[in-house]
Amino acid sequence: MPRYKFRLFVTGQGGHTPTAITNLRAIGSQFLNGDFELDIIDVLDQPAIAEEARVTMTPTLLKDTPLPARRLVGDLSHTARVLAALDISMASDGNSRGRS
Amino acid sequence: MASAKVVKIAKTASGIPGLEHITKGGLPVGRTTLVAGTAGSAKTVFAAQFLAEGIMQFGESGVFVTFEESPDDLRRNLAGFGWEVEAWEAAKQWRFVDASPDASLLEVSTGPFDLGGLIARVEHAVQVVGAKRVILDSVSAIVGQLGDSSRIRHELFRVASALRRMGVTALITAERLGEYGDIARFGVEEFVADNVIVLRNILDEEKRRRTIEVLKLRGTDHSKGEFPFTVTDTGVVVIPLSAIELEQRSSNVRATSGIAELDEMCGGGFFRDSIILVSGATGTGKTLTVAHFVKGAADAGQRCLLFAFEESREQLIRNATGWGLDFESMEQAGLLKVVCAYPEMQGLEDHLLTIERAVKEFKPSRIAVDSLSALERVSTLKSFREFVIGLTSYVKHQEVTGLFTSTTPDLLGGTSITEAHISTITDTIILIRYVEMFGEMRRGLTVLKMRGSPHAKDIREMTIDQDGMHIGKPLRNVTGILSGNARQISEPESVRLDEMLGRTRTDR
Repeated sequence: MPRYKFRLFVTGQGGHTPTAITNLRAIGSQFLNGDFELDIIDVLDQPAIAEEARVTMTPTLLKDTPLPARRLVGDLSHTARVLAALDISMASDGNSRGRS
Repeated sequence: MASAKVVKIAKTASGIPGLEHITKGGLPVGRTTLVAGTAGSAKTVFAAQFLAEGIMQFGESGVFVTFEESPDDLRRNLAGFGWEVEAWEAAKQWRFVDASPDASLLEVSTGPFDLGGLIARVEHAVQVVGAKRVILDSVSAIVGQLGDSSRIRHELFRVASALRRMGVTALITAERLGEYGDIARFGVEEFVADNVIVLRNILDEEKRRRTIEVLKLRGTDHSKGEFPFTVTDTGVVVIPLSAIELEQRSSNVRATSGIAELDEMCGGGFFRDSIILVSGATGTGKTLTVAHFVKGAADAGQRCLLFAFEESREQLIRNATGWGLDFESMEQAGLLKVVCAYPEMQGLEDHLLTIERAVKEFKPSRIAVDSLSALERVSTLKSFREFVIGLTSYVKHQEVTGLFTSTTPDLLGGTSITEAHISTITDTIILIRYVEMFGEMRRGLTVLKMRGSPHAKDIREMTIDQDGMHIGKPLRNVTGILSGNARQISEPESVRLDEMLGRTRTDR
């Protein structure tokens, strides 16, 4: 069982979708050693799941495990914020964590 | 006006009472209308009612997209208007799309995003219930998260075009920061909708006044300006005062005033579809005129609805008894309904609705309001004027005879604000004035005007005893009664005047 379980809600193949997927995969391999499972959900194909998860913005990343659950909106390009929100400590020093 | 190429924009009746009058037929079908208003301007009720009326009146399903209140809160709040949201949800006529903030899940922004998730969910919900109507309440809650105005505009545009693609008629509510000025909070919301309606909740002379204004309905006609509306226990009711056309039918059927002499002065009685205004200072006999009017109806087997804003029920019935009129037995016979209310109890818009509801229930042939001027003190001049116009138009549409009283502020002569606003709308005006003669207060009564009928032009002496009102001979040798400057003139002079003007003296 992978340690991190993510669901990434996107709209279609274009727009912010490729950026978000690339960013998440990069973070996964760099900071989580690939110990994660990613479920990509296209809201156009599965709106009922989006409804259930109350996803309004896309892309939206849900971290289901480990708890606490987290919700991140946007294309995940702001790496420092993504890591902070996921409670992942950065390999480098904390300088960039202070960015807001 | 339109050439053959121009496709006329069809409108769909919203079902919100009165809204069709000011939108001239309803909201444009398949388009989005922005409903902007400050906090507490009844945007949510207005939008929710659009869905509720769709289900109740037209069998059209609806989707409620909520950005602020949770569906649970909304179900509970809307139940107060008699809208059974849960039952409609079970019947697949109503569906929520819950985009309200989830306090348990903090959202972190990590880069650019769009409203793709929302649009997909709305589309899904529309398909599930086969919705024809969609509301988004309130979009201001979400656009704040979108950042700069060009992005807000872009994203809202996407939402609006998605709604259009779905073929639904949509209402988007947006928050305003002030009653006048920018239409909506972020200054761009109005560009996404072809149609804009503004709801206002204005503090005017210490009184709250709700108004609705159709700012634009692209490509179609609508009434201009602000119209009052009120929120009742069945939702929003728009009062389309100026939209009421003055094309009342008029008939030549006469209705007795209940006083034989007054009927004779009016050329045989009041007209059935007419408004009669009785003006006089306090104690001159206005309520008595009303009492006779009620009795006249009862004797003819007609029903009369009496609104009393000055006296309590007990007072009214006791006074009537003093004049030999038995209101209680008339009520028991179903010929009279007395509604007593404090003017301060509610706003004028609500008074108007109360009257309309009572008329619908009781179906009277006559309506009496005693007095209109009592309502004047609880409102601003503007809303009083609107109230009077609304009331008189409504009464005329019902084909009933309406008798309103108005109290003049001065004991002798004088007019009141009420008259200034109502006199052109009324068909008949009866003045009752105190006349000081030889150190004695007496009363004079005259029919000042009566549309479409000959009427007596003289001022006659009126007396009151235990049998009610009696109208006697003309007050011949007095002038200046109406101006409050009564002056006795000697007999020969009055005779001379008559001769000069070619009048013949009659001792009627």
